[in-house]
Amino acid sequence: MSIDKISYDTLIPNNVNLSSDRRVLKALEQWHPQYIDWWKTMGPDGFQDAEVYLRTAISVETKGWAKFGYVKMPDYRWGILLAPQEEGRKIPFGEHKGEDVWQEVPGEYRAMLRRLLVIQGDTEPASVEQQRFLGATAPSLYDLRNVFQVNVEEGRHLWAMVYLLQKYFGRDGREEAHELLRRRSGDKDAPRMLGAFNEETPDWLSFFMFAFFTDRDGKMQLESLAQSGFDPLARTCRFMLTEEAHHMFVGESGVGRIIQRTCETMQQAGIDDPFDTEKIRQLSVIDLPTIQKKANLHYSLSLDLFGSEVSTNAANFYNASLKGRFKETKLTDDHRLDNTTYPVLKLVNGALTMVDEPALTALNMRLRDDYVDDCARGIRRWNKIVANNGVEFEFKLPHTGFNRQIGQFANVDISPQGEILKPNDWQIARNNFLPSTDDGEFIALLMRQETRRGKFAEWIAPPKSGVDNQAGDFEYVRLS
Amino acid sequence: MKPIDFRTNPESYHHWRLEIDADVARLIMDVSENDGLFSGYELKLNSYDLGVDIELYDAIQRLRFEHPEIKVVILESGKDQVFCAGANIRMLASANHVHKVNFCKFTNETRNAMEDATEHSGQVYITAIKGTCAGGGYELALATGYIILADDGSSSVALPEVPLLAVLPGTGGLTRITDKRKVRRDLADVFCTTEEGIKGQRAKDWRLVDEIVPLSQFDDCVSAKTRQLCDNRSDSSDQQGITLNPIGREISDSGITYSTLHIAVDRNNKVATFIIDGPTDYADLSLESLNQSGDQFWLLCLTRELDDAILHLRLNEPELGTLVFKSMGSIAAVAHYDAFIQNNLDNHLVREMVLYWKRTMKRLDLTSRSLITLIEQGSCFAGFLAELVFGADRAYMLEGQHEDDEREPAALKISQSNFDLFPMSNGISRLETRFHSDTERLKPVQKTIGLALEAEQCETLGLVTFIYDDMDWDEEIRIFLEERASFSPDSMVGLEANLRFSGPETMETKIFGRLTAWQNWIFQRPNAVGEDGALKRYGTGKKGVFDPQRV
Ligand SMILES: [Fe+2]
Ligand SMILES: [Fe+2]
Repeated sequence: MSIDKISYDTLIPNNVNLSSDRRVLKALEQWHPQYIDWWKTMGPDGFQDAEVYLRTAISVETKGWAKFGYVKMPDYRWGILLAPQEEGRKIPFGEHKGEDVWQEVPGEYRAMLRRLLVIQGDTEPASVEQQRFLGATAPSLYDLRNVFQVNVEEGRHLWAMVYLLQKYFGRDGREEAHELLRRRSGDKDAPRMLGAFNEETPDWLSFFMFAFFTDRDGKMQLESLAQSGFDPLARTCRFMLTEEAHHMFVGESGVGRIIQRTCETMQQAGIDDPFDTEKIRQLSVIDLPTIQKKANLHYSLSLDLFGSEVSTNAANFYNASLKGRFKETKLTDDHRLDNTTYPVLKLVNGALTMVDEPALTALNMRLRDDYVDDCARGIRRWNKIVANNGVEFEFKLPHTGFNRQIGQFANVDISPQGEILKPNDWQIARNNFLPSTDDGEFIALLMRQETRRGKFAEWIAPPKSGVDNQAGDFEYVRLS
Repeated sequence: MKPIDFRTNPESYHHWRLEIDADVARLIMDVSENDGLFSGYELKLNSYDLGVDIELYDAIQRLRFEHPEIKVVILESGKDQVFCAGANIRMLASANHVHKVNFCKFTNETRNAMEDATEHSGQVYITAIKGTCAGGGYELALATGYIILADDGSSSVALPEVPLLAVLPGTGGLTRITDKRKVRRDLADVFCTTEEGIKGQRAKDWRLVDEIVPLSQFDDCVSAKTRQLCDNRSDSSDQQGITLNPIGREISDSGITYSTLHIAVDRNNKVATFIIDGPTDYADLSLESLNQSGDQFWLLCLTRELDDAILHLRLNEPELGTLVFKSMGSIAAVAHYDAFIQNNLDNHLVREMVLYWKRTMKRLDLTSRSLITLIEQGSCFAGFLAELVFGADRAYMLEGQHEDDEREPAALKISQSNFDLFPMSNGISRLETRFHSDTERLKPVQKTIGLALEAEQCETLGLVTFIYDDMDWDEEIRIFLEERASFSPDSMVGLEANLRFSGPETMETKIFGRLTAWQNWIFQRPNAVGEDGALKRYGTGKKGVFDPQRV
């Protein structure tokens, strides 16, 4: 065994026999240094030498996927892990339904599959880039560690897509893998592919909202790809989903803790009116209406990620048995969608109307509906925190047509309540719908780094329990 | 169904007689009514089907290789009253589209072969017409260098396709009356819409024929013209012909085996892989050994087998959409063969081999299949054989060596012959066509003549599409072939035909690229082939019913 082989198998935890895969090894030899370089320049700013208490997945077994320990992030062991292969798995949907799943890329679908991988892959490093300055304003060591955990796992998700590209797509795949590192979030010349991934993450509330809403889009996409007839992709996505669930936990609990802090502070100060913004803000907590506006923003940006409600691409991907539906195998229909329809909300003669569209082309709409349900469950849990604190306020998901850039509602101004407004009226009301510059400035004032053990910034409540059951004053990040 | 066999010889002809008299040959068309290739029609009035053309093609080939002493070939009819009525209409009406298109293509190629012989082999074809000469019959005459028409008040030339059948004189007719015979376009319009055709003086005045002759003087005039043409030709009586023996081949489910060529068939991916068995040495390459070997000389053998294989696949294997070319042998040996032919172009047999390779490469260009060439370790694409690389829709080359293969890395050798000897139908070489006559790109290529070029150089020079190393090779090729098979065969044909023939227009490119394309479109339209279309109704006494919309 050569030195290369030894070092690669320890360096890169994997269950794909990496050390005997000449082709992927050769590709990785080129890509790996570029990746580390990217991490150091575009990863968490100012914390490259810090020792962070991180979870590393070293195998897909229950015991192996969560190994905790201190590690400097550039030394993190990004692994290539696929969920175990299911014996005799059959393609669950589309034109090839019932056939054996593919272990190799069918030539016919090479271009389509590559596009799917690249679109998914592009989102993974993007959020790392978006979140790189958050460390400077972390509300606690616990939260600092959490954002880093999310970051390294997004890095691993990039690895997962890059592995598939390098393993199955030859030279084109290697070039795409390189491009994934070349595009940068918000870059003028080479931006990330999807809009939401070129937006800034200016503060921690945005980060939590992003993890709640945008990572959830990631979850839905992964869920559909986990059904794929191309088995290596399905297995990869299934394992990524375990990590994605954690990201959504960080988002949901982060926002929840902010709500908690605001409500209990209001109670203590005897403020009943959640809309008495001025008074509430004087207490250095974020008022609930501003939190709602942040939710409005991130929710609408994330809805755009589902693409057009009626989409031939989505139909092609499904029909080619490459990308299925959420919980495809649990659904009871023909899994081909040849003759069925699905209701799509459209703008018909100026009115919002449900129109039956061929189910095959309405797949984006369907996945978006599943996403909306999933979001609503999280919102209900936030409202429970509000209610438990005796505050009268209810968080609501805005209308799906609100603030959209893509799809049916791209060119129409719809309020969060779902009324169609004149463009002028919408502009006037804008600051009631979305965070204003003032809101942003106020939040920015609150964002001050807190790195003392066991301490939390005043605008956020501590978590109920620590990571890996550590005590409240655990040193999650050892600053150098 | 029994496969259509392109191999024949004069002893087996049903429809032609080949008579040799010193330096003049007569090709007498005497179609046997009941010997059509398929059942369901009779080849009346010297009308023809593919079988008739297969014999004509064989005769033209034999005249060049077996009878270098022949200077003039006279085409004439063996029947009274009729020269040739053209392609058999009932055959056309009943044949499926694939067959029809391939039949027309082969017919065109055969006519081009007559012009090629007239121009390059010193064998002038002339036509002596007594009786009706219509449709494909006149198109046949148009492909010869001189047309003599009997001026007897009934002998005529005609292109009645439009008025009679609602199709076109599509096997070269329209292109040759204008571009070759320079008939004025308005007169051509009249001619092509006049069912009964044109006779006598008017035929001559309109340039439809070269000479009109009273019946009584007909034979004398033909002889006189023949003598005159022979006298203009240099003496070639010292040149020895060789015999073209039957091509041996074995067809099985998995492929076809010839002596210098094996074709492996993969029906799953619809691929036929041609593996050319190249020479391993060149020790006794000389004119003596060439004459001794005759048709067993490697290059001639390969060309004949390749030609037969292409035709076989075209007509009998319409679903094998991708042809992959590989070669095995010594690249140095092939380069020596290439030098040998370049140095001996004044030898009759060498010249004919070069011309035959040229025509065969053209036949490949015109084959509506994806052409893919793979250059691997042990392959021998040099000189003329490298035409298969430059003529391919894509060429892939292995970079470096396979892990378990000690042989030298794959190489490619260019020769001056790639620039001079094998023009495409557009009149320029494949290399020139490839680089759009851009000297900036051609010069560096020309500088590498004689060098063994490895993959990276070939990629830099633009000679191959992609290079892959051992690790990528198998997977990339597999995926590519699968992808190719997944595209619409029609769009592939259209795409490839459009990309293959850049550069100048010639009579040939017009015939194949324009005229046949139109003809094949019309052959798909209800006005011709619908239930009430003219072609379908022909012979019922009823006229075709047309949709009046112009498209
Ligand atoms: Fe991710
Ligand atoms: Fe994530």
